[in-house]
Amino acid sequence: MNLDAKIPEGPIAEKWENAKFSYKLVNPANKRKFDIIIVGSGLAGGSAAATLAELGYNVACFCYQDSPRRAHSIAAQGGINAAKNYQGDGDSVYRLFYDTVKGGDYRSREANVYRLAQVSRNIIDQATAMGVPFAREYGGTLANRSFGGAQVSRTFYARGQTGQQLLLGVYAGLSRQIKAGKVTMFTRHEMLEMVTHEGRAAGIVTRDMVSGKIESHAGHSVIMASGGYGNTFYLSTNAMGCNVTASYRAYKKGAGFANPCYTQIHPTCIPVSGEYQSKLTLMSESLRNDGRIWVPKNKEDCKKKPEQIPEEDRDYYLERKYPAFGNLVPRDVASRNAKLMCDEGRGVGATGFGVYLDFSDAIQRLGKKLVEERYGNLFEMYERITGDDPYSTPMKIYPAVHYTMGGLWVDYNLQSTVPGLFVLGEANFSDHGANRLGASALMQGLADGYFVIPYTLGNYLGSEKPEKISTDHAVFKEAEKSCKDRIEKLLAIDGKRTVDSFHKELGLIMWEHCGMARNESGLKKALELIPALREEFWSDVRVPGSGANLNQSLEKAGRVADFLEFGEIMCRDALTRDESCGGHFREEHQTEEGEAKRVDEKFSHAAVWEYKGEGNEPTRHEEPMTFEHVKFSSRSYK
Amino acid sequence: MNLTLYVWRQKDAKDSGGFEKYTDECKDISEHMSFLELLDVVNERLIEKGKMPIAFDSDCREGICGTCSMVINGRPHGPWKKTTACQLHMRAFKDGDVIYIEPWRAKSFPVLQDLMVDRKALDDIVQAGGYISTNCGSAPDANSVQIGKEIADAAMDAAACIGCGACVAACPNASAMLFTAAKISHMNTLPQGKPEAGKRTLDMVNAMDQAGFGNCSNHLECEAACPKDIKATVIAEMNRAYAKASLTKR
Amino acid sequence: MSWFGKYIRSSVGAKHLMAISGLMLVGFVLAHMLGNLQIFKGQAAINAYAVQLKSLGGLLWIMRGGLVLAVLVHIFSAIRLSMLNSAARPVKYKKVKTDKSSFASRTMLWGGIIIVLFLVFHLAQLTLGGGPLQENFNLVDEFGRHDVYNMTVLGFKNVAVSASYIVAMLALCIHLSHGVTSLFQSLGLNHPKYNGMIAMAGPAIATLVLIGNCSMPIAVLAGWVKATV
Repeated sequence: MNLDAKIPEGPIAEKWENAKFSYKLVNPANKRKFDIIIVGSGLAGGSAAATLAELGYNVACFCYQDSPRRAHSIAAQGGINAAKNYQGDGDSVYRLFYDTVKGGDYRSREANVYRLAQVSRNIIDQATAMGVPFAREYGGTLANRSFGGAQVSRTFYARGQTGQQLLLGVYAGLSRQIKAGKVTMFTRHEMLEMVTHEGRAAGIVTRDMVSGKIESHAGHSVIMASGGYGNTFYLSTNAMGCNVTASYRAYKKGAGFANPCYTQIHPTCIPVSGEYQSKLTLMSESLRNDGRIWVPKNKEDCKKKPEQIPEEDRDYYLERKYPAFGNLVPRDVASRNAKLMCDEGRGVGATGFGVYLDFSDAIQRLGKKLVEERYGNLFEMYERITGDDPYSTPMKIYPAVHYTMGGLWVDYNLQSTVPGLFVLGEANFSDHGANRLGASALMQGLADGYFVIPYTLGNYLGSEKPEKISTDHAVFKEAEKSCKDRIEKLLAIDGKRTVDSFHKELGLIMWEHCGMARNESGLKKALELIPALREEFWSDVRVPGSGANLNQSLEKAGRVADFLEFGEIMCRDALTRDESCGGHFREEHQTEEGEAKRVDEKFSHAAVWEYKGEGNEPTRHEEPMTFEHVKFSSRSYK
Repeated sequence: MNLTLYVWRQKDAKDSGGFEKYTDECKDISEHMSFLELLDVVNERLIEKGKMPIAFDSDCREGICGTCSMVINGRPHGPWKKTTACQLHMRAFKDGDVIYIEPWRAKSFPVLQDLMVDRKALDDIVQAGGYISTNCGSAPDANSVQIGKEIADAAMDAAACIGCGACVAACPNASAMLFTAAKISHMNTLPQGKPEAGKRTLDMVNAMDQAGFGNCSNHLECEAACPKDIKATVIAEMNRAYAKASLTKR
Repeated sequence: MSWFGKYIRSSVGAKHLMAISGLMLVGFVLAHMLGNLQIFKGQAAINAYAVQLKSLGGLLWIMRGGLVLAVLVHIFSAIRLSMLNSAARPVKYKKVKTDKSSFASRTMLWGGIIIVLFLVFHLAQLTLGGGPLQENFNLVDEFGRHDVYNMTVLGFKNVAVSASYIVAMLALCIHLSHGVTSLFQSLGLNHPKYNGMIAMAGPAIATLVLIGNCSMPIAVLAGWVKATV
């Protein structure tokens, strides 16, 4: 597997300029001769579709939702980072770059991250021009806030719905191109197969989720922007429909999958309330600014009402263990400690998997009114979901899977190991290393779609001059047949268990053994449990109905079948990465204080998995990560 | 709690459909469930009995994507104010309740299956003009135009629309004016959106009419049903902008 | 002028037609009421007012023409919009709960129909001189003027006439309570500073019309205003 990252020559600050100059261009008159397929319509896919169409390419864009506006980018609350330094507080491209590499625990590619920081500034300009109503100061300039413990205020936001507003900006541009006839939008279409021809990406096979029709779509290039794989855990903050199928199909057709074990766990989510739970809801991290996290000192107190537990019997464990940072320790530290407390049997709530986030001190100190001003919306949302009033009783929170840093491997040009297949946004592995900073996901999605792919795709088309093959070609017919066969097979099993029951079981295995903290024996156990579950799935799942019309059980079954294979790769990657870094915490590698310990001399690389055919173990490749600008250091929050 | 559900079941767009009654499948329901989790549980039980589950749309399940869409006991998204169906929790009901669940009803929202409808008409309205025609790369610095906080906040109020279509579902006339007006108001309020304000208003209203939505008779049911609390004053803004554009635009 | 046709046929244009014709009609209702209230000043005053009105000549006909046009536009638009609205929801809900709509807003069409029926009777009785109370129409006062005063008083002395009049005014009141506020919304006349006032305008004007117009039959029936013949 060729893992040449194709990093351009020159000093880091000039690499992107140099690259853009060296890229081949496509003559404006020739652009309309190229057909581009884009899978996904979120921030990355939608912005790429709109921008490529503006340039003159013919774009076909696919999403499983009923409208491109509903992609899960919409759910991001907090904001988007950009090195604008509008606040004059010392921010710069270099500082954003530095923070991102360091925050990623030295597992990302410096050149990519630098470019991300560079174009972050253009994103704000572009989004504003598209009508995104960012928060403003009274004087009319843009407002910023500090987010996720950053030392500078570089986060732009639109109330608590920055993701939705940015996506609506993208959707507006996309809508304009659909109207102009430059983008053909396929909603309620799910990609089931990727098609390659002579080693290049040639197109995709989709299922029309309303009519059930299996259709082939050919193009000169395929762009994958299909999001992350957090739903492997069943319970996550992802949308119900988020899935790994598109990425996984590409992987099976030769695209390397990098660092699948990197998952981010968000510490402040509403805990699971019962078996019926379908998803987890994130509460903004800002709550930790004023809330105090605690559990009872004694196990016996866990079932008591929090008001009945006297002050001396409460353990404010983050304040106790990390006096300097207290409740504001980074996401992974806060998450892991909550798990530790619950594993000790000191968790609260119906399931015992929850810790208190208490605002009574804040209310005393600041007054109810100020607390309401700061967190009123969040408290309201919390009360709607749980029925508890956070003004009078502490909130209960627990960590949940939130984002996946791993993804299809891409080079500097965002091209995967399959020529002509480009991967954008959360679906690729590139910029966040082993841990993503708050307010950086939106930034990366838009950077890839608005400002990177329009150049790098042109270079591919201009220099490689790929041919488009007909959808009548045998490779398409074979792919269609394999999709149909798979659907037939799923429908024919007619077993006893529902699709969701398998998904939930897989989720529990993953959460238990490949979640917040991992160890060798657990991962090995998971690697036994998952194949067994997969076997049971293929012999005992019940998928009612037919493939010839709208069938939500069938859609889920196809996705869960892929999760059941993909979960295994995640565990395999977690097992072989015998170190702790960022979101990947191996219990064997921690300091005496319980901090994550990297093993730089062995694991300063991206692990890239190559599919080796049905029943064979995938091969692990490495792309070394070298750091010329950001110095290795380890974190301490004591 | 134990409940009785009457759910609209319809195989596909051509089927005439009807209500099915469910009681056995809705026993022992926890008050902590969300409304959609109730349907999940019912569906699991239906599949176990070898029946087809109830098809319904949902995605983010945190009230922001606008996918979920069902009329619960006569109200779009159910009884709680400013709440989508996915955020509605079973605490809103009590043991023994009878609940009717119907899809959004409008000519422009044909039923695809059971509770799922096709809301493409809303996309068509946006495609007609719900954008600012600036190509990527040509944007000036974001701070080059100052936008007063009041203006930015007003635009944000309108932009909060999640495009779920509850306004259409709630309107006695199945009108999409709140949706259309919110988008127009968002764009027309901002300085960036002003150059195209007239054309945008004409084109989007035209697309809305073409799609076959009803007309507004100022019942304000849309405002009551909106999970994001969009105010019907945006409709007045649209009406004014439309008159201005019709009378002055050449 | 194709743009104009397009404008008034559009959903928003149709609202503007409703609102503008409605505005004209409200104006008429108020002016008409103020004129009629002169009945409380006595026979001489109201009969003189009637003569004055008629002396407007051409202007009166223009006003009447405008009024007829407003009525026709209002009715035609109402019928057209009702049909379009009904077609926009071919399958009705089994259950409907309402939150913000009012009895008034939901009964605009029925209120309108009652008002139209009343209008036919009203015109027949008092303007054209037809109908069951024809003899009162031909009364003249001592100056030979059309005796509007006695025609009205004698008319209202008939309990059936008064009752139907009061019922019609109730319908008009309900119609206006939604209609007047609504026309501000339809014409886009709003501002956060005045929206509260606008919301009150409908009920306020409607109540005024109800009290003003009903005061006449009530005063007659109670014997506070007496016929002079």
